Amino acid sequence: MSAPQAVPSLLPLLAVLVSLAAVPLILLSSRRPVLREAWTLAAAAAKFGLVLALLPGALAGRTAAVDLFDVVPGVRLALRADPLGVLFALVASGLWVLTSLYSIGYTRGLKEHKQTRYFAFFAVCLSATVGIAFAANLVTFILFYEILTIATYPLVIHKETAEAVSAGRKYLAFTLSAGVLLIAAAAWSFLLVGDLDFKPGGIFSGLTLAGKTAVPLFLLFLGGVGVKSAIMPLHSWLPTAMVAPTPVSALLHAVAVVKAGVFGLVRVAAFVFGPDLLCRYGLDTILIVLAVTTILAGSLLALRQDNLKRRLAYSTVSHLSYIVLGTALVSGPALVGALLHLAFHATMKITLFFCAGAIYVNLHRENVSELNGTGKVMPWTMAAFALGSLGLCGVPPLNGFLSKWFLGSAAVGTGRPLLAGVLILSGLLNAAYLLPIVQRSFFRRGSGLEGRGEASAWLVAPLVLTAVLSLVLGLFPGTLFRLAGQVAAGLFGS
Amino acid sequence: MIPTNAPALIPLLYLFTGLLIPLAALRLRRLAYWLALAAAAVASAAALSNIFRVLEAGTLRYRFGGWPPPVGIEYVLDPLSAFLSAVINAVALVVLVHARRTVEADLPERKHVPYFALVMLMMSGFNGIVMTGDFFNLYVFLEICSLALYGLVAVGDRKSPVAAFRYLVLGMIGGCFYLLGVGFLYMSSGSLNMADMKAILAVVGARPEVIVALCFMILGFGIKMALFPLHGWLPDAYTYAPTATSSLIAPIGTKIGAYGLIRVLFFVFGLRFVTHTVPVAQVIAWLGAAGILYGSVMAMAQDELKRMLAFSSVAQVGYIGLGIGLANPLGLLGAVLHVLNHGLMKACLFLVAGNFRLQLGHSRIPALDAGTRRRMPWTSAAFTLAALSMIGLPPTVGFFSKWYLALGTIRNRSWVFLAVILVSSLLNAVYFFRVIERLYLRPAAGNDEGRDAADSVVRGEAAPSLLLPTLVLAASLIIIGLLNAVIVKGLLVRFLPPGLEITLP
Repeated sequence: MSAPQAVPSLLPLLAVLVSLAAVPLILLSSRRPVLREAWTLAAAAAKFGLVLALLPGALAGRTAAVDLFDVVPGVRLALRADPLGVLFALVASGLWVLTSLYSIGYTRGLKEHKQTRYFAFFAVCLSATVGIAFAANLVTFILFYEILTIATYPLVIHKETAEAVSAGRKYLAFTLSAGVLLIAAAAWSFLLVGDLDFKPGGIFSGLTLAGKTAVPLFLLFLGGVGVKSAIMPLHSWLPTAMVAPTPVSALLHAVAVVKAGVFGLVRVAAFVFGPDLLCRYGLDTILIVLAVTTILAGSLLALRQDNLKRRLAYSTVSHLSYIVLGTALVSGPALVGALLHLAFHATMKITLFFCAGAIYVNLHRENVSELNGTGKVMPWTMAAFALGSLGLCGVPPLNGFLSKWFLGSAAVGTGRPLLAGVLILSGLLNAAYLLPIVQRSFFRRGSGLEGRGEASAWLVAPLVLTAVLSLVLGLFPGTLFRLAGQVAAGLFGS
Repeated sequence: MIPTNAPALIPLLYLFTGLLIPLAALRLRRLAYWLALAAAAVASAAALSNIFRVLEAGTLRYRFGGWPPPVGIEYVLDPLSAFLSAVINAVALVVLVHARRTVEADLPERKHVPYFALVMLMMSGFNGIVMTGDFFNLYVFLEICSLALYGLVAVGDRKSPVAAFRYLVLGMIGGCFYLLGVGFLYMSSGSLNMADMKAILAVVGARPEVIVALCFMILGFGIKMALFPLHGWLPDAYTYAPTATSSLIAPIGTKIGAYGLIRVLFFVFGLRFVTHTVPVAQVIAWLGAAGILYGSVMAMAQDELKRMLAFSSVAQVGYIGLGIGLANPLGLLGAVLHVLNHGLMKACLFLVAGNFRLQLGHSRIPALDAGTRRRMPWTSAAFTLAALSMIGLPPTVGFFSKWYLALGTIRNRSWVFLAVILVSSLLNAVYFFRVIERLYLRPAAGNDEGRDAADSVVRGEAAPSLLLPTLVLAASLIIIGLLNAVIVKGLLVRFLPPGLEITLP
């Protein structure tokens, strides 16, 4: 495998900007919903296409790179489409296409207010997410990370109820605090090395950092990216943010925003600190302890939620820490498992959220206890839900099995078989909080469902597609697997 | 000929326009405003060209009447004064474009002419302070601008004369402290020229009267820049002054004090003196940090938008104080960059408050709601952008101030100060989102229509001449933000005083 080389290319920049360019068009066509949604779909398709165009290069070890200008002296505004970034951008932009379709069905179905604002900020969020994926250095990363924070806020408070406003406050309090910690961490790193470009093996690799610098610095970074990755005890904004419209919960709070957090963690762990430094000061142990706590506690809390979206949110909290755990194990196979889980959890969890939204639009039900018999009236939706649930439990041949398998075997391979046990236990807990929903909907008699049918095709088609995608990726993980392998090879050698 | 005179031209331009305005207005009253605007435009152009001149030719000196210093008065145009002068003139120009309608609304017609004449005198004072190389001459300009300012504040609403009187008393005390400081320095050195003084102080050393002089001067400038706990005059003056006055003095007035502080501390007394011999820098840093927290907490409690912005200014001046007090290159760069950044942000916010006042008849935070935003979408958007900048989110200017200041604190290993800067951006978020939430999320009050009819207030978005300056400032928050590396690397690193030089990558 050849060493990655940077190739000047405008593609990463275009991939970031295309959805931003759609924003004024969306705003201008606010009176014409069909045209407005056409802009969203066109931007989503163009974005996905641009990211796809970057894929062959990333797989071949050619990194498309854009260097713009100095943001602050010594740090350029620069984008690099390296394999890790392409993987994340692929997941986010690909699922945006489906979420856009779903959004149309959802907002029309509920006759939501302020749909223009909704679609406009959705587009800004996606620009920021792909910007995060391709950020070549910490300052560029922070720039997009903070834009994502702010652009998500109008979506969280979309309903404008008292509950939504207070959820928005909580969301801002958590994410803005995280932002300032990240800025402090980046400033400190800048003074230490004078260079903030992400490097496989770490910015600090050429430096002998003393423990009393490395540990607090790492904790600052962890505070910065830990909020969006919902590592306990920094997770509590996520269940509260479920007050947002379901497509927002689906794409942002299961894929883009939270994955931007764990993606940031991978960047910090592998590309800022580097494996050596992580192990030298026991920083990996800190991460492992936090991840295990979050995995188990998140699952246990999910068991107790009756509100379907909150249950899914706690499940997200727990699954995000799979990725944290995979990063913390500091080995090639573990990282491959973590990155696969980043992609696979996205397809599975977005399916479940889409289902929750379809049930809400169609039946106006949002609690697990009200779902008896829904499988009979909404067979496609609940079948997709069942598929997603089984995937999250780790049942082969769904994709969730693959990522868990890699994580588990890496845990054994790095001499920590107990962690494999944690993963198995968590799989059982997943089954305990997800499968009863499936059982309820298909095998219990429901009431008040007479004359109800399946939700509209705008809602059902995307969720069936994501469910099928989970299955297909489980059977043919080839491309994503090779991408993740590229990242791991760049860090740990093949 | 112009190049050699450049340092003296801008203060004189304003001074003569100030004298010309009452004469010209004898014929045509409306001329007052247009003369003032023209003077500000010419001054801004001259100030911008001065920047390039300084970058090309280095520091320019001009001797009044040809007398060589230390006997004569010398004007010095170096990168620091060129930068400051560009900031204050450009901001004043934008604010003056906005001022035509607000002055018409706030003041009876007979007061327009003296008002603009006083604005010119104040600008002459500001520019004189920035350009002069002579301590006593600086005092003269300090008093010129202060006297003009008292008048500009006092013409506001009913409570403004009290606010102006308070400002007058404190401002006089500040001026006297400064003058006493100059006196003590003159006693021990026999000179009033800054460059000369620096050379003499290096020989004289830390004699008691020199130390007293330093402390007096810091007190004097501290009052002028409203450094906590010397900020007592500021909240009332900003709140009750007419819109045009508060949007002129909030962005640039306090910065003059900050400039004086930087000049005296690092260019006359020198780094070693203020950090080791008499460690006043640390004291200033602590006062700055305290001001940041105090101003932010007080801002949260305000119901009047202008008053909230006033307390926020106390906090922002704290940033500048903190950056100066860190006494390292990065902190000082942050402080000076923040002079520009805060100037733009605060001008934009005060113009927004002015637009609200003109269109709604008030700028009370509890009375703002989604109806306000629907009527004034652009003004509200400008407010939101400026608020995000105050919080310090990239790519707005506020982020970059925070970046340099954070670098400065970390360089000094001052973790408390770092924490203060970080916490303060969260406090800013609290009090700005309080307003943003109202503007975007609080349903419009039902009785709005009736009340408007009764007050016969103009409805809808502010007029173009109000909106344009507001939006120009809002846009500059992002443009200047992205250009910060150019400004810092191209201009600001050049002014760094001896002992604080740095080469940026």
